[in-house]
Amino acid sequence: MADLSVNVGGIKSPNPFWLASAPPTNSGYQVMRAFEAGWGGAVWKTLGDPIVNVSSRFGGFHVEGVRMVGFNNIELITDRPLEDNLREIREVKRAFPDRAVVASLMVDNVKEVWQEIVKRVQDVGVDGFELNFGCPHGMSERGMGSAVGQSPEFLQLATEWVVEVAEVPVIVKLTPNITDIRYTARAAAKGGAHAISMINTINSLIGVDLDTWTPIPHVDGIGAHGGYCGPAVKPIALNMVADCARDPLVGIPISGIGGVSTWQDAVEYMLLGASGVQVCTAVMHHGFRIVEDMIDGLNQYLDARGMSSAMELVGKAVGRVVNWGDLNLEYKVVARIDQDKCIHCNKCYIACEDAAHQCIDRVSDGSGQLALVVDEEECVGCNLCAIVCPVEDCIEMARVDSGGQTLTWRERQAL
Amino acid sequence: MTPTGRDSRSDHQFLWIRGDSAMGESAVSVEPQQRLDQSVHRPLGKVEVLTEAHRCLYCYDAPCVAACPTHIDVPSFIRKITTDNVVGSARVIMEANPLGASCARVCPTDDLCEGACVLGMDAAPIRIGDLQRYSTDWVRERKIDLFTPGPPSGKRVAVVGGGPAGLAAARELARFGHEATIYEAQEQLGGLNTYGIVPFRLPRDVALWEAEQVKKLGVVAHTGVLVGRDVPIEDLVRNFDAVVLAFGMGGVPPLQIPGEELQGVWDALDFISRVKSGQSVGDLGDRVVVVGAGNTAIDAATCSKRLNVDNVAIYYRRTANEMTAYPFEYDFAKQEGVEFRWLCAPVRILGDGKRVRAVEFVKTRLEVSDYSKRPSPVPVSGTEFTVEVDAVIRATGQSRLTSLLDALRIAHDDGVVRVDPQMRTNRSGVFAAGDCSFRRGVGDAMVVEAAAQGKIAAAAVHRHLTADESEQRRGASHG
Repeated sequence: MADLSVNVGGIKSPNPFWLASAPPTNSGYQVMRAFEAGWGGAVWKTLGDPIVNVSSRFGGFHVEGVRMVGFNNIELITDRPLEDNLREIREVKRAFPDRAVVASLMVDNVKEVWQEIVKRVQDVGVDGFELNFGCPHGMSERGMGSAVGQSPEFLQLATEWVVEVAEVPVIVKLTPNITDIRYTARAAAKGGAHAISMINTINSLIGVDLDTWTPIPHVDGIGAHGGYCGPAVKPIALNMVADCARDPLVGIPISGIGGVSTWQDAVEYMLLGASGVQVCTAVMHHGFRIVEDMIDGLNQYLDARGMSSAMELVGKAVGRVVNWGDLNLEYKVVARIDQDKCIHCNKCYIACEDAAHQCIDRVSDGSGQLALVVDEEECVGCNLCAIVCPVEDCIEMARVDSGGQTLTWRERQAL
Repeated sequence: MTPTGRDSRSDHQFLWIRGDSAMGESAVSVEPQQRLDQSVHRPLGKVEVLTEAHRCLYCYDAPCVAACPTHIDVPSFIRKITTDNVVGSARVIMEANPLGASCARVCPTDDLCEGACVLGMDAAPIRIGDLQRYSTDWVRERKIDLFTPGPPSGKRVAVVGGGPAGLAAARELARFGHEATIYEAQEQLGGLNTYGIVPFRLPRDVALWEAEQVKKLGVVAHTGVLVGRDVPIEDLVRNFDAVVLAFGMGGVPPLQIPGEELQGVWDALDFISRVKSGQSVGDLGDRVVVVGAGNTAIDAATCSKRLNVDNVAIYYRRTANEMTAYPFEYDFAKQEGVEFRWLCAPVRILGDGKRVRAVEFVKTRLEVSDYSKRPSPVPVSGTEFTVEVDAVIRATGQSRLTSLLDALRIAHDDGVVRVDPQMRTNRSGVFAAGDCSFRRGVGDAMVVEAAAQGKIAAAAVHRHLTADESEQRRGASHG
């Protein structure tokens, strides 16, 4: 049994799985249920001046029969009185002292307002703060959320105000709705943040109803853009996490967010530099119980690899993420199709024929079946055939270069 | 027994209605009509349909398409289900197979599309038949018409027989723009789909809807008209530009044993036809014996069970290994409570002068004289035994109709029309399709095969008619 506990910028939790600040952490009742299920931490639904929400708030993006591949929302921060939230935070912390309870905060970008809420909230015993500079809808129209998070200067300023009075670690939550997330990450670090969390949701419109022509979701027939999350955003988030993890000017721990649904997702985030992860959509889809397999699966994984601590994973793959110009132009792979495993769906053939380099041939194998054979001379090693193949391990991308040569584009330009 | 000129589809689901009848007890309380109409195969629900449709890999050059005699573009129709384009989906099906709604229910899909599904190697194949049923039911229930006739060519084609092959040929001819006229001996179109397949496998509504779709293209159907009796066949040849023979096969041939004329001795097809069209078959009593073990024998036996006959037994002069019924039909019959007696041949039917009372059988043994053929049953003398019965159903195949062929001087072998791959007979302008040209050992006498042949015949007719025209044009220009 490996040690699953993590430390995210000074905030400790018994496992890397936290609930993100979102509907699942709206109340003490929910967070208690989550902790009973095994979650290592929870970032409370963002506290601030209570708002009024609209009815009809979420939209689901379903792909070919798979529900909630993506998800968006136009819900705002907590609509409950601050006193109620603070009382419940205190109760939760008392019942589960070993779990990380982090308060997400969002207020008008005024020093006194920020410092006042920080002082009030830390009195109830939170383990840390997360500054919500990411919410892309509603609050941003009022000068908060991503309106701050898109400006490195404002973000740094607010971070400084909070850090000045905070007695517990401060995490700054970043918006992905920005050209280069490293600039705001650096600003958070400069402002004294102990960690950054990323990504908040992405500007999105789920769809349009084909019968009524109303946007999805809609409020009384009209809609507004919302924040996009769920499995579909994971690749975007992973890239941003890796970018920040390998940027020496950032240099602070990362809490990974974006489409984490399984222990496998969490391992990927941690390998790319996150010290822990936060989860929302998967819980909204399946409930708190999913954490059981996240814990179990991570444990099995670490044991199988002979690793004693989850923290050993952190950043192990960061060094393998580089700029394109540093990739080896001499490396060459080609597709090899295992004829014994092939079921002859011909998906690799048509994908290569129509969308790649026309290097898979259908060759009669004498048994009346047409075998799929790769022309290795023509194959550029794009992976498309292996990606579309529905059979596990049927198409292998085999290395065919000598392995001895290395030439990057940057080196080539310098020749 | 010879093939019955019909088929049936695999049925993994039929247990759902059975809890009662398999045991035989509580079945009595269920109204026979209700049980006759109760499908052996429940339709998939919307969730199942979408889950199954999404499971399809959308293969390129898919083997399921090749495995279908009518080459329905299966991946295409399934993908259209996933995009909620059900009309488009049904059009893909019905375009390739004018009997696509019937075939969704009666095709032996295990041997055809589903048997070829690439997923079948490692997992369950896609339930193509069920998805096909979903799409075709969808348009049928919403009364959506899928096709329009082609621009009128001025050519007239007679189609003799309004069963699967005839309907398929007429539908295609109409889409080419030819004026097709069907002559059908029965009161309704559809042939065995309407009259010969039990309602719990193929409801009449489905068969009649397909016929209606054909008629809506302007195809004229003269029903209740027997060519050769009511209309001289030579008239058709004279008055039409081409003739398609698609008259199928005849009734069950006599057993040629004493007592066949007794009341209570049925021709299986006649029996099923009456049951399916809601006519009375009288009191069948408590004990029914079915002679023969093909799919029609199974249909007659299961039909009898559903008519609340207590004791239904199939007697066959060979064994389970030689019977022509599909394995799933055999399983189905057993689950319906039908008993099987192998190696028994009927010797004579005994009656009280009016009604059947018993059948005398003799035990047989199988003798192999020619390994290329099925073993022959040989009676074992001294093993005769008598079974008391209230009704006997003959289900030993179908007879061949030769009079029309002889009248037209069409070449045939014991009633099987000789055709080339384009379904052309030896007489120019006369084509044949379906069971009347079905040759034992060449393919299977399935609805889907008849549909495919009807299409091929129509295409050949079209080539024949348009070739005439282009020849005339050539002639004119030379003149």
